[in-house]
Amino acid sequence: MSDTLRPRDAKDVEAAVQSALAEGKTMEIVGHGSKRAIGRPAQSDLTLDLSTLSGVTLYEPQELVLSAKAGTPLAEIEALLAAKDQQLAFEPMNCAAIFGGAAGPGTIGGALAANVSGPRRIKSGAARDHFLGVCAVSGRGETFKSGGRVVKNVTGYDLCKLMAGSWGTLAVMTELTIKVLPRPETEQTLLIRGLEPGQAITAMTAAMGSSCDVSGAAHLPAEVAVRVPAGEIAGGAITALRLEGFSPSVAERMRMLEALMRPFGELASTDETISRRFWAAIRDVAPFAAEGPAPPALEDERALWRVSTAPSRGAEFAAIIANAAHVHIFYDWAGGLIWLALDPSHDAGAALIRGAVAATGGHATLIRAPPSVRAAIEVFPPQDPSVAALTKRVKDSFDPRGVLNPGRMWAGV
Amino acid sequence: MSVAMPLPDQTVLARRERIVAALRDIVPGEGVIAAEREMRPYETDGLTAYRQLPMVVVLPETTQQVSRILAFCHAEGIKVVPRGAGTSLSGGALPLSDGVLLGMAKFNRIREIDFANRLAVVEPGVTNLAVTQAVEHAGFYYAPDPSSQIACTIGGNVAENSGGVHCLKYGMTTNNLLGCELVLMTGEVVRLGGKHLDAGGYDLLGVVTGSVGLLGVVTEITVRILKKPDGARAVLIGFASSEDAGQCVGKVIGAGIIPAGMEMMDRPAIRAAEEFVHAGYPLDVDALLIVEVDGPRAEVDHLIMRLEVIAHSCRAVTCRASRSEEERLLFWAGRKAAFPAVGRISPDYYCMDGTIPRARLPQVLKRMRELSETYGLAVANVFHAGDGNLHPLILYDANRPGELERTEKFGADILRLCVEVGGVLTGEHGVGVEKRDLMPVMFSEADLNQQQRIKCAFDDKGLLNPGKVFPTLHRCAELGRMHVHAGRVAFPDIPRF
Repeated sequence: MSDTLRPRDAKDVEAAVQSALAEGKTMEIVGHGSKRAIGRPAQSDLTLDLSTLSGVTLYEPQELVLSAKAGTPLAEIEALLAAKDQQLAFEPMNCAAIFGGAAGPGTIGGALAANVSGPRRIKSGAARDHFLGVCAVSGRGETFKSGGRVVKNVTGYDLCKLMAGSWGTLAVMTELTIKVLPRPETEQTLLIRGLEPGQAITAMTAAMGSSCDVSGAAHLPAEVAVRVPAGEIAGGAITALRLEGFSPSVAERMRMLEALMRPFGELASTDETISRRFWAAIRDVAPFAAEGPAPPALEDERALWRVSTAPSRGAEFAAIIANAAHVHIFYDWAGGLIWLALDPSHDAGAALIRGAVAATGGHATLIRAPPSVRAAIEVFPPQDPSVAALTKRVKDSFDPRGVLNPGRMWAGV
Repeated sequence: MSVAMPLPDQTVLARRERIVAALRDIVPGEGVIAAEREMRPYETDGLTAYRQLPMVVVLPETTQQVSRILAFCHAEGIKVVPRGAGTSLSGGALPLSDGVLLGMAKFNRIREIDFANRLAVVEPGVTNLAVTQAVEHAGFYYAPDPSSQIACTIGGNVAENSGGVHCLKYGMTTNNLLGCELVLMTGEVVRLGGKHLDAGGYDLLGVVTGSVGLLGVVTEITVRILKKPDGARAVLIGFASSEDAGQCVGKVIGAGIIPAGMEMMDRPAIRAAEEFVHAGYPLDVDALLIVEVDGPRAEVDHLIMRLEVIAHSCRAVTCRASRSEEERLLFWAGRKAAFPAVGRISPDYYCMDGTIPRARLPQVLKRMRELSETYGLAVANVFHAGDGNLHPLILYDANRPGELERTEKFGADILRLCVEVGGVLTGEHGVGVEKRDLMPVMFSEADLNQQQRIKCAFDDKGLLNPGKVFPTLHRCAELGRMHVHAGRVAFPDIPRF
């Protein structure tokens, strides 16, 4: 059990990193630990627990801006925003379902460090697109800031982008400023039943290429669709398209979208309540939950992969995998985001999946697998030598001694 | 205007002929320009107050040529300044007397349009508007729309992270990119991103975007394209005070409406624009808002109705919604011509670019009026009201001795004011050389050192566009040094468990 440090403020974080440097120790950075099982397992000498570094420090709804300490619970932020009819437009996922734990949705720092974005990614951008400013302590034990509290800013390098998706390997974020957006007045989802993946991608491409302003596009094959906790829409494969906005606009766009989708198959639409539940399930990858009312074929501890590819290549990617392994798949981001659950194996299907990515382009990350597997194979996408070298130099520019989350993303980073 | 640039390396200048010959080996024919007269067009960019002839201009046509040029310059210790169309308003492409000016204008092809994946793969010398023109037959467009879009290039947009009037709703350049091919100063070619969303590792594309060409030279860019909205309408709202206008902007956003564009002009800007284009702007108001909403007909009409209600609740003096596409364009004509309109009433003007938290607008405008009196220089304001990006135009006459220097001081005071109220030095025009020496107003030494360490990770010899963005240049070895007090346990009182 490693020593756990609980900083009271940003100064303490700086002191903690400095003392780790002085003692030649490594440090794991943790918020609520909701994503702790993602990445290569690493043994750190110390644990820096940021959950005590909590609280919203600024929220100005009319300025669309919110600042919070890194350990602030996402749930607290989302409740505060909801009270003003606003939201985090990037729809961060709650990993509790896939890991079966009680860690909940985690902290704002964790959501940004992992750059997790839900179904609305295709319309509203990723977590990184809403990240305006940061205060952090580098692995050199130096406090620095980047960005600001305004949405339009090109003053200096955009280090927020580097922080997003760096999984705590570059710096310990202490305070973050994010752009928030109005919550849509209403939403509806159009369902197309019974499509094969290839047809579904054609349908989703047509929808995304229309002016209907679709804010969610997912396809669930029949065996996965039954796992969506919205009973009445189960039964056969479903392709779902979400429309959000002001009521008159949603109604008009729904008419347009129905006309566009009718040639593809049998249509059904959901009301607002079902629509919200459905997209929350997609966001949280509920069909591949570790616990819950599981049909026998989908027990937990199956390896879970997250793949980002060009939407038009999604079905092709899935076909390569399905021909070679027993796998369950569903598609988000109009086919560009593929979630795969595979039977447990020594490499969690990595060779197969990396091979398919090489054919279609994009990248794959192993999200869930036993620690022994995650220690044995690459969890994050392998990089070209030139990009790997650049990545290492960027890591060294922040954390030359490898104090922060060493090896979580790649060995030596 | 004058600004201290890195001292010319005499050993490089002494080798000029040999360098020119080596570049001619890499780029044959007319791709290397060494005659002073022919280099003249490259001596400045959109910030024409700064001028400097480069040592030599080279116009490569292939990634391989770019790679060989950079590898050669890296080996020989020669500085390189990349350039797109040269429309930077902050001197980002200002040449160096001992540097190679790397013009990317010949990279002007659109390599691929992929409607199914809603993207276009373009070379960096393609103009911003040309991307939209290449896809509009299918009803698509490229969203970032800087006002120089007819001339500015995508490569330059990446370097500057360009915005435009629609970026409140559709984002800046960084939010509309998927990938790029980047040549590092060593000549190494790296691919970042692709046709998929998000980085699989560090978001290196995100830090390259807006780095003013200090990190690498982009040779191919993959941009997202969007389906055009079905329609758009604008409403023109006049107010007796900027406070009322500011309140209206806050209420619009508070009501959950994110307009496609929301622009504000002050009295001097309204007058200049109206006299120039006769857009029908009211002349008896202190502030004018143009709010545009887009989308399907039902949404646009619904929102216009709501905007009118909000406007009246904020004591609007006039309120007119566009009834036709011609009228909507007329509303915009005045705003879009604001800069040249101000140019008509003053021999010269200097355009500033700070961003502020929007609620501080009345305070900033009041202080700006006071500064205007102190400096004896008039100022007109146009403002991207939705995102707080302020463009004060300081009116001056360069032929009057001392007036340019006074203008620069006034400008610097305005930017300090922006930072003081919680804003930033530049919203979309970039730091370049223009605001370089103001960076310490916003950033501590530690902040700037960390940024420069990133620069070192990409360009260890500091040869790519030096003298821009950072007020003080440090050697990478010096920045990389660690100061660890071995054995000292700092702040031992942090709670441990």
